Amino acid sequence: MKATVLVRPKPGILDPQGEAVESSLRHLGFAVETARVGRLVELELEAEDPERARDELERMCEQLLANPLIESYEITVAP
Amino acid sequence: MSEPRPKIAVVVFPGSNDDRDAALAFQALGAEPALVWHGDLELPPDVAAVVLPGGFSYGDYLRCGAIARFAPVMDAIARFAAAGGLVLGICNGFQVLCEAGLLPGTLRPNASLAFACRDVPLVVERADTPFTARCEAGQRLTIPIKHGEGCYFADDVLLAELEAKGQIALRYEENPNGSVAAVAGVLNAEGNVFGLMPHPEHAVDPLLGSTDGALVLGSLVEAARMRVAAPA
Repeated sequence: MKATVLVRPKPGILDPQGEAVESSLRHLGFAVETARVGRLVELELEAEDPERARDELERMCEQLLANPLIESYEITVAP
Repeated sequence: MSEPRPKIAVVVFPGSNDDRDAALAFQALGAEPALVWHGDLELPPDVAAVVLPGGFSYGDYLRCGAIARFAPVMDAIARFAAAGGLVLGICNGFQVLCEAGLLPGTLRPNASLAFACRDVPLVVERADTPFTARCEAGQRLTIPIKHGEGCYFADDVLLAELEAKGQIALRYEENPNGSVAAVAGVLNAEGNVFGLMPHPEHAVDPLLGSTDGALVLGSLVEAARMRVAAPA
């Protein structure tokens, strides 16, 4: 079973990487107002049951993939 | 008669690069350093303090310190800290302690996105801790930093708590990385775990400029020696 976890800086958290990307895009002539940079983790899981997979992914996020102080995450399990 | 040398464990992670500098500094300051491998399940017997050194453990993959936190030796360090043992994290070691939940807050990429490598002025906020006892409150120290991810972050609630409990022991005089409240070094609530981004182990010999780092590391050696003499 395939899944993706999207990790991104929480709103209000300073994102210097996003700011650098934003200013570079402006330099290239793109009309960009803001850019925020996160991280996409693609996983292949052994689990068969999507509910169980989602539970496991939640725990992966809590324990390793995201830092809850500064990052939020979004889990997608492929149908 | 010479004073007894307390044993101070310096943890070696894959990617640590200030472990031997730290060991040399502690040797020079009257301790007996013991390099401890990250895969060890136990700390050596009679360890009076543990130091997590600077470097780039596990390549800084995912987030700085996020992988090192799962090293086998970390369970032993968590037990040591829970029992009141003295633990110091320098730079990457500070990041590891935050990821491990042994220190509050976290460290993020510098606001400038630039790697900062220079001597910086610091102000001692607390001189009544095992890590700063040789300093005076309000004293100005010069100690080098060298990091790309040293921007300390705590949300407003946590920051207010840290300020109220006096857990911010060191602040930058000129904020080099965007840290909230110019935090350079922070204690846990119990006061036995301390992390800082500046590198005191690079400031113990006049040949390299400042010797202010010896005040920090020397404080720890003294506190460790007292613990050996009078176990808690």
